[in-house]
Amino acid sequence: MDPTPDVLRDLHRRMVRIRLFEEAAGRLAEAAKLPGFLHLYVGEEAVASGVCAHLSDADRITSTHRGHGHLVAKGGRFAPMMAELMGKATGYCNGKGGSMHISSLELGMLGANGIVGAGSPIAVGAAFASKYRADGTVAVAFFGDGSTNIGAFHEAANMACALKLPAVFVCENNEYGEFTPRSKTMAITDIVDRAAGYGMPGVIVDGMDVVAVHEAAGEAIARARAGEGPSLVEAKTYRFFNHHGVQNLGLKYRSDDEVAQWRQRDPISLLEQRVLADGSLSQADLDATWADGRAEIDDAIAFAEASPLPDPATLLADVYTETLR
Amino acid sequence: MSAPTTDVRSLTYVQAFNEAVRQCMEADDSVFCAGEDVGAFGGVFGSFAGLQARFGERRVVDTPISEQAIIGLGVGSAVSGLRPIVDIMFMDFLLVALDQVVNQAAKLKYMFGGKATLPLTITTAGGAGRSAAAQHSQSLEAILCHVPGLKVVYPSNAYDMKGLMVSCIREDNPTVMVKHKRLLGAKGPVPEECYAIPLGVAEVKRPGRDVTVVAFGRMVDESMRAAKRLAEDGIEVEVIDPRTLQPLDTATIVESAKRTNRIVVVHEAVRFGGLGAEIAAQIQEEAFDYLDAPVGRVAAPFSPVPFSPVLEQAYLPDADRIAAAVRSTLQRA
Repeated sequence: MDPTPDVLRDLHRRMVRIRLFEEAAGRLAEAAKLPGFLHLYVGEEAVASGVCAHLSDADRITSTHRGHGHLVAKGGRFAPMMAELMGKATGYCNGKGGSMHISSLELGMLGANGIVGAGSPIAVGAAFASKYRADGTVAVAFFGDGSTNIGAFHEAANMACALKLPAVFVCENNEYGEFTPRSKTMAITDIVDRAAGYGMPGVIVDGMDVVAVHEAAGEAIARARAGEGPSLVEAKTYRFFNHHGVQNLGLKYRSDDEVAQWRQRDPISLLEQRVLADGSLSQADLDATWADGRAEIDDAIAFAEASPLPDPATLLADVYTETLR
Repeated sequence: MSAPTTDVRSLTYVQAFNEAVRQCMEADDSVFCAGEDVGAFGGVFGSFAGLQARFGERRVVDTPISEQAIIGLGVGSAVSGLRPIVDIMFMDFLLVALDQVVNQAAKLKYMFGGKATLPLTITTAGGAGRSAAAQHSQSLEAILCHVPGLKVVYPSNAYDMKGLMVSCIREDNPTVMVKHKRLLGAKGPVPEECYAIPLGVAEVKRPGRDVTVVAFGRMVDESMRAAKRLAEDGIEVEVIDPRTLQPLDTATIVESAKRTNRIVVVHEAVRFGGLGAEIAAQIQEEAFDYLDAPVGRVAAPFSPVPFSPVLEQAYLPDADRIAAAVRSTLQRA
């Protein structure tokens, strides 16, 4: 069934917000205004957006080192995100996490993660909590193609299936693990081939087509909510920027042609062409979304720049929780 | 708080663990157990015996042999509001899951600006003395104590086991509860009520004026044996069991060292980089002017744990070695 104009507007808005946030972050990084590493999600927006459109704040996700997009798609606000990237006290993590640990538990976003593959076992725990409470929530693990080569992924996928948990495994196959092409690191072409080994259904979806992602994720999430167990969704996608940062020290590990071909399938452009062609949204609708996002990002940067740095006296705060009983 | 002496039934160390888990599960539905063989089988050491029959498969969960996913199950469910007890059968196997323990469980709260709470208890079994050889006998507590965000508990007797395990389960931080495999059958008085022993509080097991001995886990028994023997020669040893290794009750140890002026630290882990090194460093920082001798250390040599009983016996610290170290400390002018 074709998505309604409201759904299309929502998917468009999620993708545009990710794009604007990431491009702004990239510009700030190039201007040396962001400390630390920066892994940008540009090009992969359809995946987080198509999946998270099915989730409420009570549903939980785990993310990757490339995690800003997941938080934006889950409803993250730009101001505390940008403040976190700048290491400010007003950030989502009070400046203690940064880009690689950005999180918002109230939005069900259990953290970007600096350890490849580490999010999937945590998603299993979140899915366990959903089943334990029988509250109808689900957990989604986002991970890259490269992380399916690490043991934690295998353990998580197997355990989720063995315990029949309401978990969805969403692979963002962008064809590179850092700078090494997938073909050098595994003998299979499709990550989805691994699903059968755990006894779960798997589906390949065009990760540049947000409507396709939305549909596939919807089936997997509905299956999880219905108590039918985990699924794997493999989204074929691509990162337009480099592994980290924007220009990535000028390292050459993929051809300009390859990048250009994928850029022709920009997920936001594809959706815009579609909705304009079938008349489900107007150019004015699309322009309004972009304008709203730009205003939000300008405000967020101003907020983050004006925000205080953490007080060094807070260095040792929050290592432990004070146990009250 | 110390063990009662009269009118209390006797339980083994492992039964005391089991009772703590059972009572906490009865009191709080958010508490559950998961691990290898913990369900119908009750755990390879009987730690979880009868719990699945009592609470069902929902709350006592058999898992695959997947240590990373077992800890991940704990991390993800704890951050989602449950109060998991996840079991890693042997302490050696924790190494398989160190990413989830060290990079995830211990750090989430801090990395998230304090917004996460992880009421997670990881239980495991450490220690040598059963010819379990190099991969099933290690004492790795120092590695865990080195990680900000974790608490580490190592009971030496049945009474402490129950009270400390209750505290671990009620604790809002990730805690590693280490059982010593040679103490599983050790009996002691354990009250039926659900009592808690606060984490981070040492117990003076035996007062003494001449030398302080700090020991934990099974080494407490060995130290008490050494102290008894030395007492026959008029040497009065004060034995302190920290019970919790992280946070460490340094104040009690330092106070004792200032009185006795001589201190020996005992542990089953290898000497290099062991907890004894940290305790010795803290003693010299806090009580240097009170010391009449260097801080003594009794620990395992720098070797994997051997298999053959005769080699293992040669490897492990015991009452003889502790007594010799105490005498050597006293011989210093």
